[in-house]
Amino acid sequence: MPSATFKGGVHPPQKKTRTINKKFQKLNLPDVVYLYLTNHLGAPAKPLVKEGDKLKTGQLIAEANGAISANLHSSVTGEVIGIESFVNAATGRKDNTIVIKRTSEDDWQLLEHDEDFEKFAPEKIIEIVKDAGIVGLGGAMFPSHVKLIIPEGKKVEHLIINGAECEPYITVDDSLMREKTEEIIKGIRIIQHVVKPQRTFIGIEDNKAEAIKILSNATKKENIEVIPLKTKYPQGAEKQLINAITKKEVPSGGLPIDVGCIVFNVSTTYAIFDAVVNGKPLVERGITISGEGVRNPGNFWFRIGTKVSDILDQVGIIEEENIDRILYGGPMMGIPLPNIDLPTFKGNNALTVLSKGEIQTKTEYPCIRCASCVKSCPIGLQPYYLKKLVDSRKNNIAEENGIMDCIECGSCSYICPSNIDLVKSFKTSKKVIKAIQKRRG
Amino acid sequence: MKLSTEAAPHFRTKDTTRKIMLDVLIALIPAVVFSTWIFGLRALYIMLFSMVFSEILDFVVVRFLRNQKNYTPDLSASVTGLLLGMNLSLAVNWWQILLGVTVSIVLAKQIFGGLGQNFFNPALVGRAFMLISFPTAMTTWYAPFFYNNSDIITIASPYQDIITTASPLGMVIGSSFENVLQSYSYWDMFIGKIPGSIGEVSALALLIGFIYLVIKGRIKLMIPVSYISTVLVFSSIFYLVDPSRFGSPLFHLLAGGLMLGALFMATDMVTSPMTLKGQFVFGLGAGVLTMVIRYFGSYPEGVSFSILIMNALVPLIDDWLKPRIYGTNKGGITNA
Repeated sequence: MPSATFKGGVHPPQKKTRTINKKFQKLNLPDVVYLYLTNHLGAPAKPLVKEGDKLKTGQLIAEANGAISANLHSSVTGEVIGIESFVNAATGRKDNTIVIKRTSEDDWQLLEHDEDFEKFAPEKIIEIVKDAGIVGLGGAMFPSHVKLIIPEGKKVEHLIINGAECEPYITVDDSLMREKTEEIIKGIRIIQHVVKPQRTFIGIEDNKAEAIKILSNATKKENIEVIPLKTKYPQGAEKQLINAITKKEVPSGGLPIDVGCIVFNVSTTYAIFDAVVNGKPLVERGITISGEGVRNPGNFWFRIGTKVSDILDQVGIIEEENIDRILYGGPMMGIPLPNIDLPTFKGNNALTVLSKGEIQTKTEYPCIRCASCVKSCPIGLQPYYLKKLVDSRKNNIAEENGIMDCIECGSCSYICPSNIDLVKSFKTSKKVIKAIQKRRG
Repeated sequence: MKLSTEAAPHFRTKDTTRKIMLDVLIALIPAVVFSTWIFGLRALYIMLFSMVFSEILDFVVVRFLRNQKNYTPDLSASVTGLLLGMNLSLAVNWWQILLGVTVSIVLAKQIFGGLGQNFFNPALVGRAFMLISFPTAMTTWYAPFFYNNSDIITIASPYQDIITTASPLGMVIGSSFENVLQSYSYWDMFIGKIPGSIGEVSALALLIGFIYLVIKGRIKLMIPVSYISTVLVFSSIFYLVDPSRFGSPLFHLLAGGLMLGALFMATDMVTSPMTLKGQFVFGLGAGVLTMVIRYFGSYPEGVSFSILIMNALVPLIDDWLKPRIYGTNKGGITNA
C-alpha cells in the first residue's frame, strides 16, 4: 500500500540516525526546577503555593484558570524558594515561574488511578487527565481534557494518534512507540473508552519502519489501524495528518472535531496512560537532545522545569564558539533560545544544538516568482503574495487571502531559493491581525 | 555563550536564485554550441556580446543608479542577455545589440524595480524592439554552414556575399508548405540545419538543455507541456482543413522559435503564473496566439508576441486561478 500523504510540503534533510538506536535514558533529578505558570496554551495557571512550602513530587502547585488552562505540579520533592519571572522564548514575554529547590529523592503524591481503567467512567477519566495537567506534548500544549470533552451534537468518527514526527532530528515519539508499545496501546484504549471513536488510526511516517512493524503486530487484535505516511514535512501537523489519513479537511478556523476527528500525539497518549494507570501527573516527559552541537545525543526522560543549562551539562556540548544556536524543538519550527539559563516546559519534545557548520550563510535575493512556496504550502496559500501584502502593510487583504490559516510550518521559507523570510513576517502579521480583531471585538 | 536568535526555519534548502540562473545558463550551452557550429563564430560572438553587456549594464544600474552597495550579481541578466542573443539574426551589428540589451535591461527590467518585478520577459521586449527598429537586419537569414570565420565582429564581406534565404516559416507565407519540405526535411529541422534566429534552430539541442532543467526541477514544466500541445492540436485542425497551405503540426513544432520560446522564454519564472492551473492557461493562450499570428499575421513568426501578450495577462491569471485554501471551498468560504 502506498503511504498516505497530503498536498504540498518539503523534504528537509533527515538527521534522525544520531539518536535512533539509543535507548531512553533518565536524566539526573535537577537540584532546582523552574515551572512557568504558562505551561499550556491559554491563561496562566493560578499559583497555590508560597515561598517555604514543602512539596512532594506530583503535588499540585497551580491550578487551571480558565477554559483552556491546565494544572501544574511540582516535578521534584522539595521546597518553594520563590516566584521569579523568566523570559518565555515562545512569546517573548516574561512569565512568572514557581521555583522549587529539591530536598530529597522523589516522594510521590499520586492521583487516583487503577490498572483496570475501565472501572472509571469516561467523565472520571477526563477528570483525571485534567487533574494531571496533561497538555498536547507535540508542542502545541493545548489542554488534553478539553479535547476529550466532546461538544454536544458532535461525534468522534476518527481518533488519530500522531506518530508522524516529521522534524529532522526528533526521535522521541519513534523511540516511545518502540520501547513503550504496550503502554501506548493502553493509552489509546483509555482514549477510546472516553471518546468512543468509530475507527482509530496511528499515523507513522514511513521512515520509521520498525515502529510501524512493532505497532502493526501489537495492534492486530485491537480496533486500531497503523497507517504508514509518506515521509514529508509537515506530515505531523494536525490538519495535514487528518487529511492524509481521512481525506477530510478541518474547516478554516475550525477544530478537528468539526470533521469528527480528534488527534493525540504519541507522547500525550503515553502521559494519559501514565496518569490513569500509574496516577502520575505530568511532571516528566521524553525529549530528544540532538544536533551537531551535542556530544552525546539521545532520548531522555527529564523533569519539566529543568533548566536547559542543566540538561546540556549532562549530555555535553561542543566548544561554545562553534555553537550557532540552541532551539526548543527542531530546526523547522524550533524557537531559538536567547540564553541557556531558561527553564524547560511541557511542550519541549526536543532541544537542538546547531553548530556553525550546520547553518548556511544566507544571501537574500529578490523573489523571482519561482512558485516553490506556492507548491510547498500545505494549506494552499500563496506565500509570495502574502509577503508582498504584509510588507506593504495590507494586513486586511492578507487576511482575506488566508494568512490566518497559515500553520507556520516554515515550508515556504525552507524552500525559497531567494532566502526570503516568509513565515517570519506571517507570524508578525498574524499577531497584528489578532490584535486588531480583538479591538474590533 | 552568544546564541543566534534568528527565527525558524533554521534549515534552508541549498538552492539559491543564483544557482537557478546558473542552471538555465548551463541548459542553454548545447544550443549555443550547436548554433556556433551551424552559423560560425559570429553567432557565438553575438550571443556572448549580448550576455556580457547585459550583465555589466545590470550591475551598473543596480550598484550605482540604485546604489545597492553590497550587490552580488544573481546571473539573471546573463540569462536575459544570452536569450536575447539567441533570438537575433546574424545580420545585426554591435550597436544594434547594445540598443536591444539596453531596452531589455533598463526599460523592461530595471525600471520596474529589477529582478522579479518586471511584467514582461526582458529578452523578448528587447527582441520586439529590435524587430521593429531594425526589421531588415532582424529578418535576414543565412543558410547553415555558409560562413567564414575571418571576420566575426562586423558584417563584412563573408556574409554579404552569401545569398540570404527565407526561414522555413517565411517560406510558408511566401510560397507553400510543399516547397518547404523540398528544401528542408523534418530531420534537418529537428537537428537544426535550417536558417533562422541564432539560437532557435536546433530542437534537439534545446531539448537536451530542457531535460537538464526538468531533472534539476528548475522549470515550470506545465507551461511547455500546455504550450506545445496547444500548438500541436491547433495546427492539426488546420492541417486537416488544408494540408498544402497551413503546414503540418510537426512543421510548426520544429520550424521557427516555438521550441526556444516554449522551453526557455515562456517558462521565465518572473513573468509566468504561479499555480499549475495558471501555467496551463498561460501555455494554452500562448499556443493559440502563436498559431493565430503564424496563420494570419503579416510576419511569419508568432512566438515572441504571443508570450509577451500572455505576460501581460499573468496578474489576472494569478488572481483568477488562486489555489484553494485548505478547509475552504472554492470561493474561499469556510466549509460547514
